Amino acid sequence: MNAEWYVVLSSLLFAIGAMGILVRRSPIVILLCLELMLNAGNLALVAFSRMVGNQQGQVFAIVVMVVAACEVVVGLGLIVALFRRKLPLDVDALRELRG
Amino acid sequence: MEAVLFFAAALGALGGAMGVVALRNPFYGVLALIVHLFSLAVLFLLLESAFVAAAQVVVYAGAVMVLYAFVVAYVGGETEPVFDPIPGQRFLAPLLGAALFIELSIAVLGSSLTALSTHGPDVQAGFGDPAGIGKLLLERFLLPFEASSILLLLAAVGAVVLAGKRGEA
Amino acid sequence: MSATTWGWLVLLLPLLGSISIALGFRAIPARAAGVVGTASIGLAFACGVAMLVNLLGQDPDARHHASSLWDYASVAGLDIKLGIYVDQLSTFMVLVVTGVSTLIHLYSFGYMRSDEGYHRFFSYLNFFVFSMLLLVLAGNFVLLIVGWAFVGFASYALISFWYRRTTATKAGMKAFVINVVGDIGLVLAAFLIFRELGTFDYGAVFAKAPEVFSTNEWTVTAICLLLLVGAFAKSAQLPLHTWLPDAMEGPTPVSSLIHAATMVTAGVYLIARTHVLFVLAPTAADVAAFTGLATLLVAGTIAIAQTDLKRAIAYSTMSQIGYMVMGVSIGAYAQGLFHLMTHAFFKALLFMAAGSIISAMANRQDIDRMSGFWKAMRFTSVLFLIGSLALAAFPLTSGFFSKDSILAFAEARGGMYEWMAIGGYVGAFLTAIYTFRLVFRVLPGDPCPEARHLIESGELYHGPPINPATEEEEDTEVGFPGAHHHIAEQSKPMAVAMAVLGFGALFAGLVQVPGVTDVLFKFLDPAFANSPLSEVHPSVGAEWRGLAIGGLISILGIATAWLLWVRQPELPALFRERLRPVYLLCLNKWYFDEAIDFLVVRPALAIGRFANRTFERLVVDGLVIGTEDVVGGGGRLVRIVQSGYVRGYALLLIVGFAGLALYFLLSSS
Repeated sequence: MNAEWYVVLSSLLFAIGAMGILVRRSPIVILLCLELMLNAGNLALVAFSRMVGNQQGQVFAIVVMVVAACEVVVGLGLIVALFRRKLPLDVDALRELRG
Repeated sequence: MEAVLFFAAALGALGGAMGVVALRNPFYGVLALIVHLFSLAVLFLLLESAFVAAAQVVVYAGAVMVLYAFVVAYVGGETEPVFDPIPGQRFLAPLLGAALFIELSIAVLGSSLTALSTHGPDVQAGFGDPAGIGKLLLERFLLPFEASSILLLLAAVGAVVLAGKRGEA
Repeated sequence: MSATTWGWLVLLLPLLGSISIALGFRAIPARAAGVVGTASIGLAFACGVAMLVNLLGQDPDARHHASSLWDYASVAGLDIKLGIYVDQLSTFMVLVVTGVSTLIHLYSFGYMRSDEGYHRFFSYLNFFVFSMLLLVLAGNFVLLIVGWAFVGFASYALISFWYRRTTATKAGMKAFVINVVGDIGLVLAAFLIFRELGTFDYGAVFAKAPEVFSTNEWTVTAICLLLLVGAFAKSAQLPLHTWLPDAMEGPTPVSSLIHAATMVTAGVYLIARTHVLFVLAPTAADVAAFTGLATLLVAGTIAIAQTDLKRAIAYSTMSQIGYMVMGVSIGAYAQGLFHLMTHAFFKALLFMAAGSIISAMANRQDIDRMSGFWKAMRFTSVLFLIGSLALAAFPLTSGFFSKDSILAFAEARGGMYEWMAIGGYVGAFLTAIYTFRLVFRVLPGDPCPEARHLIESGELYHGPPINPATEEEEDTEVGFPGAHHHIAEQSKPMAVAMAVLGFGALFAGLVQVPGVTDVLFKFLDPAFANSPLSEVHPSVGAEWRGLAIGGLISILGIATAWLLWVRQPELPALFRERLRPVYLLCLNKWYFDEAIDFLVVRPALAIGRFANRTFERLVVDGLVIGTEDVVGGGGRLVRIVQSGYVRGYALLLIVGFAGLALYFLLSSS
């Protein structure tokens, strides 16, 4: 399989993830869609790494995984805090910072 | 053979992604994402990146998804209401998604990166082994390696602070 | 020391006097302020004499010097220096101004003794003298304008001296505003001069003008007409004369100095100084001459009907200045200046005597209430009579020689100027009548109550302090004249000043008896040698003929006045009845004030009201509030983006990203 396929698949997954963020209202699901986008990026990176022939892309993908993990940790911490304060878990309801 | 595996894994990944976006109950979404992650691991294996595939399964599907599962269990998976207060969002989002996909595809396919249409150079057997990656991490990419470890530390501390019990409820 | 050094001293001394009195008014006692003020002007007069002596020691054709202290503005073609110009004309004016001023300061020393604002008075008076000297000594047009403006200010400050009197402050404002109109004319003339000739300096301007301008070219005519606007405003000629009668609200020494002897002659000086330009613009010169003639006749008619003593004398000032303006416009420069000098003497004297009489009347100025002062105040009356004789040009007084020399010149010039001479003689007849109307109303007859009080008790009559014009009560604090007044019989300084002026009024004419002495004209003529009109010389015989006619008219006028106000006092009332419209016209000052109010004041007020109500409301507020609304509306529009929805922001993000990607795709393909 040419690298093209993998990269096109990755962009499709990225678009699906973006759409998911725009459509869903629960913060947990939004985080999940964020994961989708990150993984799509990982797929592209690894595909390029294979195409080029060295492992730098894979190293990059691993670092991305680390960053994704950190961000998930913080995001979920926020959600737990929201739940603890009995606020609605709905991003449309949390709009105090409006202009 | 490779093509069959590719399409199967791709279907799995797409299915998982659509599941995350479409399923109402967040717990089902978490499960869909796990499927998606496993499919991606297969794709990584197809790309001869064994270590990354293993890391994907162990770290991502194993640790991060478990974390998600814990939180969803704690918080509760309420289904969302259908009503969308932002006018036009339901309509614009698929449009934008499609636009994004088309643009990216054009960028990729229509680009002058001719190497994309090749299979890539022949690689030796230990291409995706941890040894090579470890060597790179500790030699060439030492700074990002260390920085990401600090980042992990920050995230852990931040999570404890965020979710810890405060004075008020 | 050179003449110009004396010139600088002449300028410096009054300024020092003014500043020192102003700064030290708390420390210096009143008498000292008066002494300082008078002494500074007296010393300035001495320096003026020194200047004259210095000039006389030089060749008559080389008696002009310029001197500058420093560059005032030297940029982009402008070269204005702080410089003075000393020649016969400026020396003459300096002597007249400082001489008469010294005497008036001396008079004020006594007259204003009981006034609360004594220090302020002397400071202002000194500043005025400084300004007037700056005006006459200026060596370029810019400094002339500076002096001109200062003089206007000093006049305003002194007219409104009793500042709590509403009538006085209004009169001060009126004088100042009309002066500003003149200032505009003067400044515009200076601009035009600079534009055409490229310089402001007198020497350069008068040398270049005949080369640059041809006769009656419109630019030089415009310059001269604008100069005339300035001259007429300052010298109270028609139609810018309405401020002078109201200026009588100021204390009598002020009227005597500013509005008789010095400031109002500034216009005459201006025309004489710029005679080179007027020679090149005969049309403008004729305009000036006719205006002078018209003023002298109109003012004469108004003076006959006035009942306020000071106002009547003010109109006579206007009339006499009409003679001077007419004189210097038709080319009788030295003659006009001669009349300026004699007029300064006898008019200042008349005002001083009038001040004395008004003091005796407890500050009332209405001649209907006055009579019999011959018996009550002999000294004042004698001097009042001397001044009146000089004013009426009684034979052998100073006024006789000076006024008739102008008319003789007019006759000698011939053509339409002979008609001016005839007009001048008619005016002389009117002058004699109204002057001796005053004399015969105030001096002879039974003493009025105030005079009787003076005769019987030897003390002045003390009435309640009131405003003579409006009859309202005043108090005796600063800003009002107060309750105490001084007359010449009881105040040495006043008497001395009046006596000196009386001497001058009687005998000053003897310096210029045609065919016998020729002191003044011989001195002044070289300054005007560059005018073709200096060729006109009436013969000695023609001069004496003119003098004879003038003397005859004067005696006739005095006789008529005696007839009307002594022999048959019922006649004036009869005339008033029969010629009622004419009487009303004269009494109401030919309705000039009303005309100006209608033509100028009301439209100005209407424009102001329009600007305030309509323009301000619609245009300015519209613009400002409109901008406000636009900005606010824009803000309201932008605020829609800040919805608070995270998904909305994400949407915008992705839209932006997609847009950028599109742009790059398109631009690279």
